Amino acid sequence: MKVSFTLNSETRWLECQPNQTLLHALREQLGVKSPKCGCERGDCGTCTILLDGKSIKSCLVLACEVEGCEITTLEGLMQSGLTPLQKAFLDQNAFQCGFCAPGMVIAATELLEHNSSPNRGEIEEALAGNLCRCTGYAPIIDAVLDLVDNGGK
Amino acid sequence: MTITHQFDYIKAKSVAHACKLLSKKGDHRLLSGGTDLIGHIKENLATPDSLIDLKGIDALKHLSVTPSTIKIGALCTFSDLLNSKEMAKYFPAVQEMAQTVASVAVRNRATVVGNICSAVPSLDSAPLLLTYDAVVCVVSSKGVRKVPINQWFISSRQSAIRKGELVCAIEIKMPAQKHGATFVKLGRYRGEDLAQASVAVVALPRDRYRIAFGAVAPTPFRADQLEKLLNGKQLTDNLVGQAVTLIPSLVSPITDIRATKEYRTHMCQVMFERAVETAVARLR
Repeated sequence: MKVSFTLNSETRWLECQPNQTLLHALREQLGVKSPKCGCERGDCGTCTILLDGKSIKSCLVLACEVEGCEITTLEGLMQSGLTPLQKAFLDQNAFQCGFCAPGMVIAATELLEHNSSPNRGEIEEALAGNLCRCTGYAPIIDAVLDLVDNGGK
Repeated sequence: MTITHQFDYIKAKSVAHACKLLSKKGDHRLLSGGTDLIGHIKENLATPDSLIDLKGIDALKHLSVTPSTIKIGALCTFSDLLNSKEMAKYFPAVQEMAQTVASVAVRNRATVVGNICSAVPSLDSAPLLLTYDAVVCVVSSKGVRKVPINQWFISSRQSAIRKGELVCAIEIKMPAQKHGATFVKLGRYRGEDLAQASVAVVALPRDRYRIAFGAVAPTPFRADQLEKLLNGKQLTDNLVGQAVTLIPSLVSPITDIRATKEYRTHMCQVMFERAVETAVARLR
């Protein structure tokens, strides 16, 4: 079936089977590689993207469900270079292997959009669905806090 | 994990259209958030002939409020509960519960109606819905029926839904009087963990209580015997102690990868004591 949607501000369409997940469609058909295949059962958060502005786990969504929707991946957030959040991640050395990073950045971006000055607890809560296999949580949370201290942007 | 099972995908145009599709021969499943269902299809625990997507039906999207009732439409997500001013005003404990469901990205997608339809023993929304005497509104091509939530959970993973039926909403009556409520969930960590045990307590004026447990029996349940013990009596340490002693005979938890039955039973007692204290404090 044919599905059309907005992907990172561009109108795109694809031909898919009903049983194809959005994650696979993004990675394999559309070449968008920032969402990663981790647990593929909604637990690890590496496949997190924004669907109509809200973070979702793209491994638990079918490609055919997003007809007419607006999809934003990390590629879409950094169309004019690294975002302040990504720079903060670099400054804090918050990436080790980097596998969880796109999901972490998406989740933190959504948080900061709704709450420009979250405290540590709120950041932990917002990132609770994103697992880091290098267990580098402290610098990741510090990176988000950096942005809060800089006035949220 | 690629989905190997093949199925049709149909976007329903209306509730009537969905009911018509459901009544056809075969295994047809309703899709809203899909956070449970897609996982089950991946693991071949569900092998439907077709998925009927409800997300295009505006009538199911609303969290509507009337002076007497708050109605949670079939497409209302846990995030919708958290963003609702009415929920914050009338049912803050429901938001407290929603906050414990998995993580933000799941709450943005998972629906409350989907939660009760999963009917797993550990479902987070059940204990509070039980204490609030919620009503499940079910439609089919034959019409509408309303099922009190305490008759909804039949056994583990089995609800009172019949073939061809669709849950269109959950209704909760507005509290007639000031009340204090709380939901306490035991998980191994915050985010993505299922409850090992959960308890909801609603404290009403004149020493009346409503109490429900989750994850410690084949279905979530109202603890009638505890309520009977507490109702109409002044809450003393002695009385709470008696209630705590009664709990092991009311719950029947299992031992699994998450916790032992002994631990769950013990924690039910601890959580109950704390929950009563919180609910009573919130009533004041």
